[in-house]
Formats: sequence, structure tokens, C-alpha cells
Amino acid sequence: MTDVTFSERHESSIREYRRMAATFRRSSSAMFGLVIVLVFLLMALIGPWIAPFPEDALGAVHLDNKLQPPSAAHWFGTDEVGLDIFSRVLIGARVSLQIGLIVTGVAMLIGVPLGMLAGMSGGWMRETIMRVTDIFLSIPGLILAIAIVGALGPGIINAMIALSLVWWPGYVRLVEAKTLSLRNETYVDAARALGAPMHRILFVHILPNCLSPIVVKASMDMGMAILGAASLGFLGLGAQPPYPEWGAMISIGRNYMPDWWWYSFFPGLAIYLTVLGFNLLGDGLRDVLDPRQRS
Amino acid sequence: MLEIEDLKVHFPIGRDSAVRAVDGISLSLGAGERVGLVGESGSGKSTVGKAALRLLSPTSGRIKIAGVDITKAQGKALRHVRRKAQMIFQDPHSSLNPRMTIFRSVAEPLILHTRIRGRALNGQVAALLERVGLPGQFLHRFPHELSGGQKQRVCIARALALDPTLLVLDEPTSALDVSVQAQILEFLKELHGQRPDMTSLFISHDLAVVRFLCSRVAVMYLGRIVEEGTTEQVFAAPQHPYTRALLSAVPLPQGRQSGNRIRLTGDIPSPANPPSGCPFHPRCPEAIAGVCDVMEPVFEQSGAGTSVRCHLLTRNAA
Repeated sequence: MTDVTFSERHESSIREYRRMAATFRRSSSAMFGLVIVLVFLLMALIGPWIAPFPEDALGAVHLDNKLQPPSAAHWFGTDEVGLDIFSRVLIGARVSLQIGLIVTGVAMLIGVPLGMLAGMSGGWMRETIMRVTDIFLSIPGLILAIAIVGALGPGIINAMIALSLVWWPGYVRLVEAKTLSLRNETYVDAARALGAPMHRILFVHILPNCLSPIVVKASMDMGMAILGAASLGFLGLGAQPPYPEWGAMISIGRNYMPDWWWYSFFPGLAIYLTVLGFNLLGDGLRDVLDPRQRS
Repeated sequence: MLEIEDLKVHFPIGRDSAVRAVDGISLSLGAGERVGLVGESGSGKSTVGKAALRLLSPTSGRIKIAGVDITKAQGKALRHVRRKAQMIFQDPHSSLNPRMTIFRSVAEPLILHTRIRGRALNGQVAALLERVGLPGQFLHRFPHELSGGQKQRVCIARALALDPTLLVLDEPTSALDVSVQAQILEFLKELHGQRPDMTSLFISHDLAVVRFLCSRVAVMYLGRIVEEGTTEQVFAAPQHPYTRALLSAVPLPQGRQSGNRIRLTGDIPSPANPPSGCPFHPRCPEAIAGVCDVMEPVFEQSGAGTSVRCHLLTRNAA
């Protein structure tokens, strides 16, 4: 019995993952989302190497080439200083991925422990955490983010800090609710009866059972955080031109509408598809991981 | 081994009322004794079980396990006691962490309290599962792949992992199919045979089960013990009208039904607002008007050797 092979030991898990994969594959919208997200990840991974004009990402100037419509050489056209928009959109994917990962990651790191603490502790601790969360939730996220960036000064790092600071309350709410329902489960009582200390109950028994809704929310938030960062960029508070950030590109391209439509159209399309992709993926993951939460 | 003194567990509802789930219970279990705690649902018997292991904090009273007062124990002291006192829960479906394999669930107490790891751990867990009659193929499955009876066996294996001296069994068979119930009960009986020094508190609403497993029985009604004695005494000559009603409700084999079945009407009253006098008087077929609804009966010795809380006892003796 001590010498079981890997496949024997994990037979049940493997079967479980196969079943999940089968459910996921059955949903065409989830697969569509997955494909978009994979393309986006691929762009972020190898964008700088496949971009036809990689030097255009940061501040080259080819004024003789400015505002060219889409063509074989410039698939998405060129902007007002002659930069290839296709290259900039490709390289911008990496910026967006970075923003999405950092913002959702920081939000989770703040929100999940606070939520578990609030759900498990009760009393004044819970009241304090939840009321602070309520205050953050009662202010529209983007407005608060604008205020924070306004105070810190525009820039992509500050935009990420601001978005992270407004993003965590959602996780507190989600995890607190889940913890409240889990802490009355018999297996949590059983763990206490076995003499498990609090941190072990939280991280071994509660957290793994909270994971499904967290993963679902995180995948949707990836899209929303990218959108949020693009909004800040559009308002001139996020990434500054000529940094190849999609929101900032639209912001300048807007001045050239509608005659030079490609300038803001292609970055916009990139944002649209990425957000759509992460949302569809999130929906699909919810169906697989958390079938009861479907609304 | 386990001493419960005047235990009260009240759950506050609103500002100044409380559900008196357990309202002054004293029960003492000697080493190796097997005591049954019976009562209808809502009588507070599960609350006693949870409070006995401090899964709930008692409102007042004292709980001692092996002479150690755990009423106010915290942190390390409490964990130390819990190593030797284990509980088996009613619903095996929810008492196993759905994200843990059977191996992990059974290994958990060993990981928490011992330094056994690696191969030794594998061997010990396999031995435990074998002891409760589960083959090794279940080791790396998840709980949802097992039947109710199998899960309950896993729970028993987990509870036995640390060789507990006290076991609280909270209706361990009532969520299972009848055929599986019998297997589990047989197993528990066998276990008592193998481990005669293990004390167990068996909580159940099923008198037949208690009679099969326990040497002593306490009958609970609305947060109090109304009758207590050895199993033979209580089953041969029940003194309290409630015990008589419970016993007459036990189905007999082959359709032999005793003619004088006592039927209780109505539900158990709300423990938030218990009736005056004897809490059982609104449903008691033998209630004495002017006595039972006014005065609270005291716990006293009956002629049959049991302790009973009923006015009829004094009335009949006089």
C-alpha cells in the first residue's frame, strides 16, 4: 500500500478534473472565452517578438507615415506620429495582463484573509471589518480610484495601486459569506473536536472550500480590472502616452474620430474582446466549479 | 471519566429571552461505562454532547473529563483534552471535508497530535480503515464517492485514530439506511468488546439501539433528565410517564403490538418558553391538575432503583 503509483494515488482527482473538463467543453461560450483568453495570454507572452515594428511601442517617430489606414504593412493602420497600431496593441497586451494580475492578486491578498477573519471571528472584529468594507463598497469603485490616483498623481503604478485599493471589498464580502456558511458545517466541528488550532481550520478546512467562488470571481475581475485600468488611462490618469496602453491609446485616438477611426477602434476592440473573454471564462468556470451559484 | 454537573446551555434570542436547550443536567460516566442519552428531537441531547466536548460553550455548570475541568479551558489545554475525547456526528455526509481524500481525513488527527509521517502514516491510516472494515481502495477517494455507511466508517476510523478514552456518539446511525445501521451498530458493539476501558456517551432517539449498546440510560425531555437508571431497570419498569410513552412507541418485531400503547399528542414545547411546573405536564396522560402544572418535580430515587423527576412518584408512594 505504501508503494502506490502516482496515477493510483490521484485517480479520484484525475477523474474529477476529467469530469470538469467535459462539462466545460460542452459550453460553447466558455470555450470561446477560453480561446480569447489563450490568444490574449499568447500575445502577452510573445507579443514583443512577433510585433512587426517593436520599436514603435515606445516613442519612435515616423512622421512621414502618420495616420495611414489599415494596409498590408500596417494591419491596424498608424497613429498621428506614424507608429504601427498593430504592434502597439500586441505589446499592450502585456501591460494589460500585468495590470489584471496585479490588481486582482492584491485585491485577493487583502480581501480573502479579511473575509475569513470576519466570518470566523464574529463580534466586534467582524463588525469592524464589514463596516469598513461597506464604506468602500458604497463609493463607486472607479470614482474612488480616480480620487486616489488624483491624490497620488497619474501613472500606471499609481493606477494599479488605486484599483487594488478599491477592488478588495468584493472579496471580503464573498469570502465572509462563504465562511459563515462553512463554519457551521459538521466537518469544521469535527476538526475542532480533533483539536485543530484556528489557523489550521481556516487554511485547511475553510479556504479550500471557498476556493471555487474565489476563482470564478478572480477570472471575471481580470477583465474588469483591465477595463478599469483602461478607463483610468482614457481619462489621462493611468498610463501616459506614448506608453502602449490600450485605454491611453483610445484617449488620444478619440481626437481623430471619425475620419481616422482605426486609431481608437483597434485598441477598443482589444479591450472589448479581452474583457468578454475573461467574463465568458468566468461563467464557464462557475458552471464547472460552483454549479449551485448559477443565477 | 466524564462528569457533567448542572450543565446549562442557553442560546440567547433577542434581548431578554433565550432558548434553554439544556437546563440543568448532571450526568456522570465512570471509566468504561456506556451511557445512552435518549429523547425526542429538540430535547437538547445533541447540545449536551457538543457541550461535553466544548464544541459549545456552556452557559453555566461544570464539565470534567478525566478529572480535568474543561469548562473554561482554552487553546492548548483544550486541545490536549480533545486528543483523548472524540466525537462521531449524526450526518456522515457533512462531517468529512469534501476537499480531502479519505486518507487525509483519517490522517488529520495523527498529523495534528503525533509526529508520525510518511510511510508510517500511510500504514497507520490503512490499518485504521481496515479496522473499520474499509478496503484500501477507498484510501485516495473523495467523500462524495462513498456511501453513507462507508463515510460513517471513515468518521469512526478518524475518531479512533488517537485511541480516545472518551467517545461521544451523536446519533451515529440515524442518517443511515436500516441495513447499514445494523452493520455499524454491530461494529460499535464489537468495538466496545475490544476496548472495554473506552467510555462512551451514546446519544440517540432510538431506544432499541440504546438497549443494544448501553449499560445505563438517561432520558431527556426539554433540556432536563427525567429518568435515569441501568438499561434493564429503565426498560423493565419505566417510572416516568414520558419514558413509558417512548417505550411503548418502540415497534416490536412480527407486528406484535402491545395493546396499551401510550400516544403522546402535540409537539415538544418551545424551550424558549417552557411550561410552568413540570415541563411535561401539557402532554402527560397522567398529569395531576393543581400539582404538575404548578410545582416543579425534583429528582428522586424510585422504588425500581432508577432516579426519576415526577410528582406521580411521591403521590404513589404516599
